[in-house]
Amino acid sequence: MSVFELDELNVKHVSRQYGRRRALARVTFQVQSGQVVGLLGPNGAGKSTLLGILATLIAPSSGNVFYGGKSSKDLGSVLRRQIGFLSHDLQIYPELTAKENLEFFANLYGEMKPDVLVAKALERARLSDRADDTVDGFSRGMRQRLALERALLHEPRLVLLDEPFTGLDDRSIDELSERLRAIGRAGRMVIFATHDLDVAEGVVDRALVLRSGRIALVQDGSSSLRTRYRAMLHESPNVGNGGNYG
Amino acid sequence: MGDFFRVAWLVMRKDVRIESRSREVLYTTSFFAASCVLVFSFAFVRAGRPVDGAEAGIVWVALAYAGQLALGRAFERELHQDALRGLLLAPVERAAIFVGKLLGIMLLMVLVEAVVIFFVALFFSTAFFEFPLLFVALLVSGTIGFAAVGALFAAMLTRAKSRAVLLPVLLYPVTVPVLIAGVNGTLSLIQADPNLDLARFWLALVTFFDVVFLTLALWTFEPLMTE
Repeated sequence: MSVFELDELNVKHVSRQYGRRRALARVTFQVQSGQVVGLLGPNGAGKSTLLGILATLIAPSSGNVFYGGKSSKDLGSVLRRQIGFLSHDLQIYPELTAKENLEFFANLYGEMKPDVLVAKALERARLSDRADDTVDGFSRGMRQRLALERALLHEPRLVLLDEPFTGLDDRSIDELSERLRAIGRAGRMVIFATHDLDVAEGVVDRALVLRSGRIALVQDGSSSLRTRYRAMLHESPNVGNGGNYG
Repeated sequence: MGDFFRVAWLVMRKDVRIESRSREVLYTTSFFAASCVLVFSFAFVRAGRPVDGAEAGIVWVALAYAGQLALGRAFERELHQDALRGLLLAPVERAAIFVGKLLGIMLLMVLVEAVVIFFVALFFSTAFFEFPLLFVALLVSGTIGFAAVGALFAAMLTRAKSRAVLLPVLLYPVTVPVLIAGVNGTLSLIQADPNLDLARFWLALVTFFDVVFLTLALWTFEPLMTE
């Protein structure tokens, strides 16, 4: 079990209801290792719910998610070791310092050399000089950079990011875009949600557009993404068939 | 098993570190508990003589209310910035996370207990430590039982909008046996003619309650935490 390496994600007819409200409806798609996938769509389209399901934090009401052919129930913590998730809220403790936050998660993930990992992560986040400051004094952008490093600290095979570019300055956006492409080139999978086309273009190998909980558009490559996305947004809200997208 | 306790230790140490910075829960609960004892001292001390057995009830009532405050706040912190999801995604046994949270809450409650017992002993001239082992065992068992049930309910309610109202509604009916056993056990130790056999009986009852609810909490924490 410990040699399990996540190299494919298969989402099959996944739906999620919250009471009478349908957040996702029969969503089906596949992601192969090395792909960077953008989840696009307006607010409330179901992007965060889908990421929560892929991260095993939310159970689908129906349908299945297979990680390398196995379900999350079969894999348990072995799967969680291979997932890095950043939600819209940053999942860091504001009362702790930047260093303490990263150390806590490095230790929780059982990393062998947490000090080295943490020092590198702080350097990448450009927070080495603020390592011993508590996070509650940080700007949104600094928190976002720290939270990103927290999510990527254990080099996950499946990287799930919800609005990762929020609050970042131009330099940080360029750095993160390059980092996501590098993660893809290293054979890992990246799925990130955004409603910002400008940042998605040039980063994604593939875009899935969600609308009212359904996949409304799948676009390989980002060349004509902008045109098709805008056209789709102006169509009827009932657009989308929830069909199969390999 | 070593990894289980390592994770529990990490979570507890993180909670203690956060509390040591803010001291928010410690100050709130200690102040509340001390005020509670002070008010009771006016009601139950007449002409310099306390009403027989009132101290036992005061100690456990103060602990229960202070404990509830600590429980609510301990999990509220995990909701801020959605940190709980970060914890739950870690590749560790989720029961170990529960135990870590439980230990952090218990540590806080023990500190509040020290404050409560000090003030009750001061205002009521009560000798709590005539039988120190039995008394400490009773306090610790009661704390485990109350905190185990409370931590489970507080975790369950993290996604409920009205969790501040629901926590006491769920917590007190279930923990009433612990509180009754705690009061009776303490009473049998501090009365003029101490009854050690009776104190042991109540201690055994609280211990039984601890085993049942700890097992239940460890068993149900993982499924309860999946949305």
